[in-house]
Amino acid sequence: MTLFRPRTGGILVLAAIIALVPLGLGNGYFYDVAVNAMFSAIVCIGLNLLIGYGGQISLGHAGFFALGAYGSAILTGRYEVPPLAALVLSAGAVALIAFVLGRPILRLKGHYLAMATLGIGIIIHIVLKTESGLTGGPDGLALGDFTLFGLSVSGERDWYWMAGGVLLLAVWLSLNLIDSPLGRALRAVHGSEAGAEAAGVDSSGTKVRVFVISAVFASVAGSLFAHKNGFITPDIGSFFHSAELVTMVVLGGMASTFGALVGAVILTLLPQVLASFEQYEAMILGAIMMGTMIFMPKGLLPSLAGLIRRWRGER
Amino acid sequence: MFAEFLQYLFSGLTSGAIYALAGLGFAIIYNASNVINFAQGEFIMIGGMTAASLVAAGTPLWLAVALALVVAMLVGIALERLAIEPARDSDVVTIVIITIGASIFLRGAAQVIWDKEFHSLPAFSGETPIALSGATLMPQSLWVIGSSALAIAALWWFFNRTLFGKAMLATSHNRLAAQLVGIGVKRVLLASFALSALLGAVAGVVVTPITFTSYESGIMLGLKGFSAAVLGGLGSGLGAIVGGLIVGLVEALASGYLSSAYKDAIAFIIILFVLFFMPSGLFGRRGTDRV
Repeated sequence: MTLFRPRTGGILVLAAIIALVPLGLGNGYFYDVAVNAMFSAIVCIGLNLLIGYGGQISLGHAGFFALGAYGSAILTGRYEVPPLAALVLSAGAVALIAFVLGRPILRLKGHYLAMATLGIGIIIHIVLKTESGLTGGPDGLALGDFTLFGLSVSGERDWYWMAGGVLLLAVWLSLNLIDSPLGRALRAVHGSEAGAEAAGVDSSGTKVRVFVISAVFASVAGSLFAHKNGFITPDIGSFFHSAELVTMVVLGGMASTFGALVGAVILTLLPQVLASFEQYEAMILGAIMMGTMIFMPKGLLPSLAGLIRRWRGER
Repeated sequence: MFAEFLQYLFSGLTSGAIYALAGLGFAIIYNASNVINFAQGEFIMIGGMTAASLVAAGTPLWLAVALALVVAMLVGIALERLAIEPARDSDVVTIVIITIGASIFLRGAAQVIWDKEFHSLPAFSGETPIALSGATLMPQSLWVIGSSALAIAALWWFFNRTLFGKAMLATSHNRLAAQLVGIGVKRVLLASFALSALLGAVAGVVVTPITFTSYESGIMLGLKGFSAAVLGGLGSGLGAIVGGLIVGLVEALASGYLSSAYKDAIAFIIILFVLFFMPSGLFGRRGTDRV
């Protein structure tokens, strides 16, 4: 039945969850956490295409997130561009940057790729901190409400539905992309680059396209985050944030769209649950990264799915 | 004019020596295990912070330094045993994430054990600057350059003149062959982490009187050390030293003559250029893919 294929079934389940969660959300604070979780999930779903399906690491995606956020802030604040147009323009600029950088960077492998993406992330962070004439420097920038066709999105509840809608769109795009010719080519490249080339796949073109797509996901989430928060600082582009995004992807499960979503939700909720252990936050994040990779390198969701399959098989 | 240049040269050599030590740490671990240890910078931080807090508590300087080196080595050994060894056969991305996790963990632990403040050590032999044709040189800079040179000489002796050093070198050339002639490869791995932690801690201790140290000072130094190692060619000891000095000098000159705000970005700009145009670095062996 097509309804229960992950592409349609999963999205319906997710839509139902998004629709039902507000019943359990008491006040604005919970909405706020939920919205942040969904923004992170959007970035992670894009990043998962690159890391999980493509086998290419990026330690600089917080940089693209920050570029989207700053693009929106600068365009709407300084040049009075409508928010939606600013979001699209920023995403376009990020796509262009990712495209130009992507080709030389994605030729690299393993450690070198990690180092190059990390370097780009750090350079973006430093530029945002330094060019205070444009970005406000370390003090950050303020920006106004997001407006959509004349309606202003403000307050946690509006943002919840907005983020939910964009998240569903992201999941739908990701699930379709994986089964598209590009997605198949990407998975072939992950398996064996030489093998994929031999079968006629343009491996570097495939990697660059997915790099651009994942950067655009990050940029869009960054723009929305900026408007929702009303205020941004360069630290949203820090190395720490990039590492956090990668952790969300690997924790939830590499090569699993819903896994990336679950990872993002868990790591966003965790600091809230552990609020009284605030000073241990970095230690806990580091321990989760190491523990996940050592004990279940496939991540939470695929490991669970494997367990369930085995349990069913044994009966 | 010349005095200004000389001044930048001194500061570039000082930081270059630190990057060289960090880069050597990367190279040693990479050679023994093909792991890039993104937590390398945390050894520098642990060395500096341990020594600083011990001295603040009244321990004599020499004892504080010795203890700091021991603590860092123990952390290095623990890292190898608890985090790297269990994931030996994983792919590169997995191990990269593990060592980044370790780096974040160690930073978090330092913040819990100590605090978020900056700490310092007294300069080892006074603060009277030495005047040298118009420029001034702090005695501590000589300590940094001198101890780096000493550490490098000791490493050379260790790898070329001692049996265990030769065993480590053999393992880096061919792990299986080394195992077949009876070299304890696991012990070599452990030793490589201890040794590069020691190098990191030496760097951390000697540089702390100049730059101060805090729980998050390791990350930048570590990443610049990695830049140095890649610039020189991953796995090449000489390359790491030359790479470190180049990164230090270019950084000092560029921040002096161009823009000091972008000082920290320079190492990464160099590294992007190197990776784009000559991925095997200055002294690295060209890698080939096996299908």
